[in-house]
Amino acid sequence: MNRKNNNLAAEGIDYTVIWLYAILVSIGILCIFMVEYKADTNWLATLLGGKANYSKQLIFGGVCAIVATFILLTDSKIFTAFANLSYLLGILLMLATFVLGKNINGSRSWIPLVGGFNLQPAELCKIFTSLALAKFISRQEIDFTNVKSQIIAGLIALTPAALSILQHELGLALVYLSLLIAMYREGLPAQFLIIGSCFGILALATLIVERDALSITLTILAAFIIFLAYRQVRKKQRLVTIAAILSIWILCIGVQRYVVPYVFNNVLECYQSTRIYSMVGKDYDCSLNKKSNEKVTGKAARKPDDYNVRQSKIAIGSGGFFGRGFLKGTQTRGKYVPEQDTDFIFTSLGEAFGFVGCAIFLGLYLYFLFRIVRIAERQRSAFSRVYAYCVASILFFHIAVNVSMTIGLFPIVGITLPLISYGGSSLLTFTVLIFIMLRLDADRQMVLR
Amino acid sequence: MSAFNQNRSRIVQIIFIGAFILITLQLINLQVFSTKYKMAADNNAFYRKVIYPDRGIIFDRKKRAILENTISYDLVVIPAESKGTDTLALCALLNIDTATYKKRMRDLIFKNGAVKPSVFESLLTTENFARLNENMYRFPGFTLSERSVRSYPYDCGAAVLGYTAEVDTGFLRRHKDEGYEMGDYFGTTGLENSYEKVLMGQRGIKRFIRDNKGRIQGPWEKGEFDTAAIAGKNLYASIDVELQQLGEKLMQNKVGSIVAIDPKTGGILCMVSAPTYNPNYLTGNQRKKHLVDMMYFDPRKPLLNRTVSTTYSPGSTFKTLVGIIGMAEGVIDDQMTVSCGGSYLGCGRKMGCHAAGTFTLKPAISKSCNSYFAVAFRRILDNAKVNNRDITLGLFNEYAYSFGLGKKLGVDLPSERMGNIPTSKYYQKIFGKNWQACNIISNSIGQGEITTTLTQLANVMAIIANKGWYYLPHLIDSIEGGDDYEMLARFKVKHRTKNIAESIFEEVHEGMQGTMEFGTGAYAKVPGINVCGKTGTVENAYRGESLKDHAFFGAFAPRENPRIAIAVMCENAGYGATSAAPIASLLIEKYLRDSIAGPERKAKIEQLANMNLIPPQMKRLMIKQDSTRKVTLKKSIAKK
Repeated sequence: MNRKNNNLAAEGIDYTVIWLYAILVSIGILCIFMVEYKADTNWLATLLGGKANYSKQLIFGGVCAIVATFILLTDSKIFTAFANLSYLLGILLMLATFVLGKNINGSRSWIPLVGGFNLQPAELCKIFTSLALAKFISRQEIDFTNVKSQIIAGLIALTPAALSILQHELGLALVYLSLLIAMYREGLPAQFLIIGSCFGILALATLIVERDALSITLTILAAFIIFLAYRQVRKKQRLVTIAAILSIWILCIGVQRYVVPYVFNNVLECYQSTRIYSMVGKDYDCSLNKKSNEKVTGKAARKPDDYNVRQSKIAIGSGGFFGRGFLKGTQTRGKYVPEQDTDFIFTSLGEAFGFVGCAIFLGLYLYFLFRIVRIAERQRSAFSRVYAYCVASILFFHIAVNVSMTIGLFPIVGITLPLISYGGSSLLTFTVLIFIMLRLDADRQMVLR
Repeated sequence: MSAFNQNRSRIVQIIFIGAFILITLQLINLQVFSTKYKMAADNNAFYRKVIYPDRGIIFDRKKRAILENTISYDLVVIPAESKGTDTLALCALLNIDTATYKKRMRDLIFKNGAVKPSVFESLLTTENFARLNENMYRFPGFTLSERSVRSYPYDCGAAVLGYTAEVDTGFLRRHKDEGYEMGDYFGTTGLENSYEKVLMGQRGIKRFIRDNKGRIQGPWEKGEFDTAAIAGKNLYASIDVELQQLGEKLMQNKVGSIVAIDPKTGGILCMVSAPTYNPNYLTGNQRKKHLVDMMYFDPRKPLLNRTVSTTYSPGSTFKTLVGIIGMAEGVIDDQMTVSCGGSYLGCGRKMGCHAAGTFTLKPAISKSCNSYFAVAFRRILDNAKVNNRDITLGLFNEYAYSFGLGKKLGVDLPSERMGNIPTSKYYQKIFGKNWQACNIISNSIGQGEITTTLTQLANVMAIIANKGWYYLPHLIDSIEGGDDYEMLARFKVKHRTKNIAESIFEEVHEGMQGTMEFGTGAYAKVPGINVCGKTGTVENAYRGESLKDHAFFGAFAPRENPRIAIAVMCENAGYGATSAAPIASLLIEKYLRDSIAGPERKAKIEQLANMNLIPPQMKRLMIKQDSTRKVTLKKSIAKK
């Protein structure tokens, strides 16, 4: 607490992060400009006119700069103080969308504000959830090895996720899962992640490998493990071990043969199943889907194709090694990629600057993430550390999933590319997320509770 | 607690790196190793627009354009923008009903999408264009778009000039590497076809960027890689369009053809094939209908070019050649006489004759004495010095070949036939090894197996006029900007006949002039010009029914300095002197004097033009067709 009074706010602020933030936002505006650009219009006039998306994004950027300044000028205690309250507010706002919600692109997750702007509470709720999670884990009486506290932490993260699913925002719901990474850092047993990813791999294998072939493989694998275990384990424990392995085997077979198809056919919407199937290069037969069959009775279910991913891959692939050059991307100019200024903004970059550009861009992001991890690790206060990990996790999840879905590695879910995608809500959310972290970091000598 | 989990920050970092490496690998796969995305992108975004060059113009010998381009208009519509169009008014203007309108719209949207321009009605008539142009403001979404079409300002020369048609898949397969594409037009017949390479010009390519709905966004790279269209080269033909028009007028309601050649150059002055049609019928929006009508239904076969694509027995006009060959071989001389009592009986069966008396070569030509040439032909074949008819016939044929007979001449028109000069092998098959001159005696008077095209016959006249040499008959004299493909080189080569003394030709000229003055061609006299001519009458039959004779007339003029050699034939016209000969005489006068002098001669034009010599079998077919089909082709096709 030995700060000088004259540069109260500037003390201890991590300028690297601010620079990275500014560079990424600028890249974002340029990318939106590439998407919106038309050869025969005067771009300066449209920029100043404020009608085009890139000029709107510039305005959002300005607003965010002001907001960021305010955050840096506040006292970091405020964040710990209001963590739980803000979380409550966020949940209330999300519940409010069910009443006040406005339908944009098929999801009722927006609240209309004055001046034609819309607010997406689920976005803002990421900040509040991060704060609340940090607050909960950093409480002195909490022992995070305790299963009960793990469950409470999980509930904090998953409540907004559940609300997001109800709003048909699957992508945003998934983001909250990324907070598991932060919890893992705080002592969540690794088994959760390992078992989780094992089931992920099993589900993926179910999609890719033919059903019976996978069953046989699993059986052989189980038999092999039993064979190994039989010799390794002491006599007394043999029966138990074999029983455990057999039950795991039954679980796997059950998941593979019944649960996964059930989820695809009965839980997910037809378009969601199609997207997931198209990611592994397969067609999903919508006539199997119960929901789509309910909707279109009598009519054969239309077979939706993977237009988005295909066009997105074409755009990125056509960039080649060095790219087509700034504003020279034919796919971008021809508007072949849908939603190119929001979810698919990475395609404009990939087409214009090629592999080299993408690699540099991703390197920038990776450096950003590592910087945040480093910031997190240098905190004395558990609150700040957990919060910084939450920020890193959310950012990482956004980047990885967004980029993966544009290059066909992940099914399409509506997730923005942080700081790049067009949209005020998204930009504001990440600005607040990052700058709260910076504010906390500036006060890293303090112990916040 | 923090210290306990410190190592986990490493694992978090490894997770981050792992995900980024996975992404990078996929990016390498997409951007560096895979080429298919680049191609898919180009297919997506580029629209290659072909800029059609104007086809070359064809001028006649006096630099009048006889085949040129005019602008025609297509009515083009963008269906998505056509809401609010006054459909009823448009239908009334185009003379269609609203059901047709709706159907066409549906088809266009189905074929080409709703946001791209499609042709609603192509090649508007001038009248329709004018009416539409005034009312375009009532039809949003519709525009009039220009396009270049062929036009024949003199309404003549259909068979010679030919027409263009859209390429079909067969054509594209045959001309793979010549840059044709679906939707292109190419010359199908006539000069349009022969000089396609030169006339087509070079197409330009513009590359545009198009958006996800196929709308054009603007040129690619500001048009840096576009190529400009290069217009086709103009051709200068040897045709005299006025002569051509007169020829077509005279051949009205007749079946037959006329070929006139400038013997000095080989340039064809006029080339008429009758019945013909107005070539402009194959340019408008009804072209397909007209083409099908003429190609498949019209019994007069107007698309057939009877000057090069049909062969006839040349009849008595061939006698000149028999005489020349006899003289050249020394088996007859100008002193030899043959008496004729009205028919030739030397071969045991009667061969009829027009004139009786005693003839030397000259009067024999003038009066077209069959007996004389039968004797001459027998002497050629039974030449005692050789004593082998296979050899003597071979010799005879060599002369005939050197006159351009029995093989394709090489006129610059497609689908030329070669005619037939039969060889001894052919006769050996029919008559056995020891065939006799009498077996083939009809050949002496140009009947029997000998056939020629009319162009070959005109060329024979030119050779006789030139006394033993010729240039290949051709229509195009020069190509503007040079003959890059060496297409005209063969027309600059002087051909000579087998060695024949000039005095022999003098003799024949004398005889042919006699034809005009006191012989069979007296009707064809041209006052004040020494014309040398030869009539021909050819017996023929159609499905066993004996028909009126074909009339032939071959001539050149003036005798002293021949400037025109001409051959005229009228199918089933009867005696050659009444139709073919006067037609030739009028054309000779027209060409040499540039006009027809005197009311008497002018009246002759009308008289000949009004003469109807359509053969009865063709008439029957025409009547049959007229009664089975309501549309009378007479109106749409027949010249006039």
